[in-house]
Amino acid sequence: MRTPAFILILTVVAAALYVAFDMVGSDYLFFAGYTVLQYIVLATAWNILGGYCGYVNFGSAGFFAIGVYTTVFFYAVGQRIDEIVPEFLVAPMQLIFPLPLPVLIVTAGAVAGFVGLGMGYLTLRLRGVFFAIATLAFTVVLETFIVNWSFVGGSRGAYIIVPNEVPVFGHLIQFLFALMLVLVIVALTTSRLIERSKLGVGFATIRDDELAAEASGVPTLRLKLVATVVSGALMGMAGAPFPYYIGYVEPGSAFNLSYAVNSIAMPMIGGTTSWVGPLVGALLLGTLQQVATVTISSAVNLLIVGLLLIFFVIIAPRGIVGLIQDRWRGRSKS
Amino acid sequence: MSDTMTAPLLHIDQLGKRFGGFVALDGVDLSVPKGQRLGLIGPNGSGKSTLVNCICGTLQNETGSVTFDGQRIDGMVAHQRTRHGLARSFQLPRPFRSMTVAQNIRVPLLYTVNARAGSHLSHSELDDRCMELLKLVTLDAKAGKYTTDLTQVEMRKLELARAMAAEPKLLIADESMAGLSHSEVEDIVALLIRMNERGVTIIMIEHIMRAVMTFSQRVVVLVSGKKIADGNPDDVMKNTEVVGAYLGT
Amino acid sequence: MEFDLLINAIIAGLMLGGFYAAVTAGISISFGMLDIVNIAHPGFIILGSYIAYIVNAHFGVDPIVIAIVALPAFYALGSLIYQVYYQSFEKHGQDSLRGLAFFFGLLFVTEVSLNLIFGVDYRSVDVPYIGGSVSIGAMEFPVRMLVPCLVSLAMFGGLQLFMSRTFIGRAVMAVSQDPPALQLMAVDPIRIKRIAFSISIATASMAGAFLIIIQPVIPSAGREYIGRVFAICVLGGLGSLPGTLIAALMIGVIESITSTFYGPSWSPAVSFGLLLLTLAVRPSGLFGR
Repeated sequence: MRTPAFILILTVVAAALYVAFDMVGSDYLFFAGYTVLQYIVLATAWNILGGYCGYVNFGSAGFFAIGVYTTVFFYAVGQRIDEIVPEFLVAPMQLIFPLPLPVLIVTAGAVAGFVGLGMGYLTLRLRGVFFAIATLAFTVVLETFIVNWSFVGGSRGAYIIVPNEVPVFGHLIQFLFALMLVLVIVALTTSRLIERSKLGVGFATIRDDELAAEASGVPTLRLKLVATVVSGALMGMAGAPFPYYIGYVEPGSAFNLSYAVNSIAMPMIGGTTSWVGPLVGALLLGTLQQVATVTISSAVNLLIVGLLLIFFVIIAPRGIVGLIQDRWRGRSKS
Repeated sequence: MSDTMTAPLLHIDQLGKRFGGFVALDGVDLSVPKGQRLGLIGPNGSGKSTLVNCICGTLQNETGSVTFDGQRIDGMVAHQRTRHGLARSFQLPRPFRSMTVAQNIRVPLLYTVNARAGSHLSHSELDDRCMELLKLVTLDAKAGKYTTDLTQVEMRKLELARAMAAEPKLLIADESMAGLSHSEVEDIVALLIRMNERGVTIIMIEHIMRAVMTFSQRVVVLVSGKKIADGNPDDVMKNTEVVGAYLGT
Repeated sequence: MEFDLLINAIIAGLMLGGFYAAVTAGISISFGMLDIVNIAHPGFIILGSYIAYIVNAHFGVDPIVIAIVALPAFYALGSLIYQVYYQSFEKHGQDSLRGLAFFFGLLFVTEVSLNLIFGVDYRSVDVPYIGGSVSIGAMEFPVRMLVPCLVSLAMFGGLQLFMSRTFIGRAVMAVSQDPPALQLMAVDPIRIKRIAFSISIATASMAGAFLIIIQPVIPSAGREYIGRVFAICVLGGLGSLPGTLIAALMIGVIESITSTFYGPSWSPAVSFGLLLLTLAVRPSGLFGR
């Protein structure tokens, strides 16, 4: 399938989903759906580096939080324009602030991508394990900085006050849901494009054998940097609308471990070698958690995610997609 | 005749490398003219693999220089050297396991051949080139198989075909025959000679003396990181120092 | 009084470092010597803390005694985990991605389980010496820091003796440095690795007890130790116990000074920052080759 056709199909599905939710008319559905969509973006983003290149990133929460705090930062700037800029700039600044959310999303993507580049440059030369450990450390360093940075709320957190009604979409949550749908389309298309391009072949050689990749002419460091930047940028973009969604941001919610765990567990459970895996994993686990949060407690559903992750890495290393492929292959052979 | 016409394809000057206190390469000099079939031998731990790794960029040399095709290449990372026309096979085959045999061959075509200026293979040309290379190593029937389905000797052939796919001027075959049967060894030697006939200079690192003697036009012996003999195969084999190093006397 | 403050910060840091050495000992063995990236280790330390907490709350036993009694159980847990790890990942080689995800899952499951059983409140133990302190001049040694530090140093010394003097200890060192030598010694490397990994998990029992003596514990406390232990382990040069001890003392002092002069909220960033810096500049560690 050509990429334009793929995008068209995704858009149709997304629009149908939006209309269906709108017809049910329950805000709760949009709230729950938003979370699942956010996980699709995170899982797909993680998989570009983790699944395609085989470099485990434990810092998803950090990249997500970069997106979250980019929005908080510009919101805070908008609130205090007259305090922080020279007087002649106040009027023009007031014209462009508050920045529209799509602009914030793109900015957040750029910031997170840039941070990914810096981090990758420092650590991607090393063995994959060191990269993984560095990403764990990176999240905590970042959280410490945010906790100590009072401009964006510090440890107390920050309130984001936005109108509850948005033109065209009605409720704010419907607008956020639609934005997240667009991000899902962007993430899935990017992931699929990479998978089928020369870049995807290069990523797979890195995952399989980095020495052999270099010997075959693959510029491994550059490719890993590309993967880190794309992956980080998508995670940052997923985080940007979060303050609008939740209304009150504190470091604990932006850096929540469940982002790191889910963005690893979802591709692992769905399957890491294609764009379908993270989508399947996120839909399944994301929906399961939404149901479980209502029916049981949120701690129990995190436990379920953890156990499923362990179960799948041991029993079904190629995830659900792998299981289906094996069955399909087995049937076509016999 | 200008110097460039007679200049060797590969010229190594006083190459040195240490690991901690262990001297792996101790000032090695080596010049390889274009088109030659060179056998590099030496006991285990003599520095053969380190030499290959320093030439190919898997390791960086500490002293001395490596000049390839008129250009200093030490300091370049491995993939740049491959693009300059220096390919290698690994001692233990390192196939890309998530790919089929044909896809393995495609990698150097995409990333080395197509990365060179003035060359761009279309999809169908890539496919043709893959099949041509697989025919050369008689793996064409296995093109669609995953590498986990290959036998040991097939794996070695894939390793060589993948190195050849980069269209190298110099191919370094690192112990391509260890553990193979008599007829399989002959198979690989014949394959390497065929590649040489296509104009590729080849350095073969090998323990199997029969293969070295059939293949090589020249033999170089490395012991404890030093070159102790260099010349035509029969003379080298008569060299008392070489005999001593191999028999341990 | 700046000077007194500095002296006391250094002393507190050294004691903290002694404790960090115990926390890192396990990682130094599993990651440094066996190349098993057990990022779940801090989770097992917290598990040790809660075991100490629950026995202490019911029977009033000293946490360190509890930890020693619990050593065999932790050793057995270590054997079990290694067996699963070996069968599922190590045997097939190469696939480090899934191995990492496995340990990450273990860390997470441990934390969430503790959360479900004990809730998110801080828990602490009741020991007579917790409030006391020994003073020498202007220098002050709080006993709740001193006891874990001393026991930790003793444990560290014991481990070092074990590694350098016993046959199994030397075989463990051979696993990490010289696999062919291991074959010459005619031992099964899998058995050696299992023993070493089990010992590494057993140290978590001790470290857990120390932790809950020093400060109250919550289930998520393990996470902030991940960066710290790997920072110490990498700084100390992978797999070197003496290097680990020196690095632990260093990090302890640096953190203590940071938190005395800049406030405790900055101290986590110190070790993580050092880790990132070490990884970027000198991955072989300060004392590596």
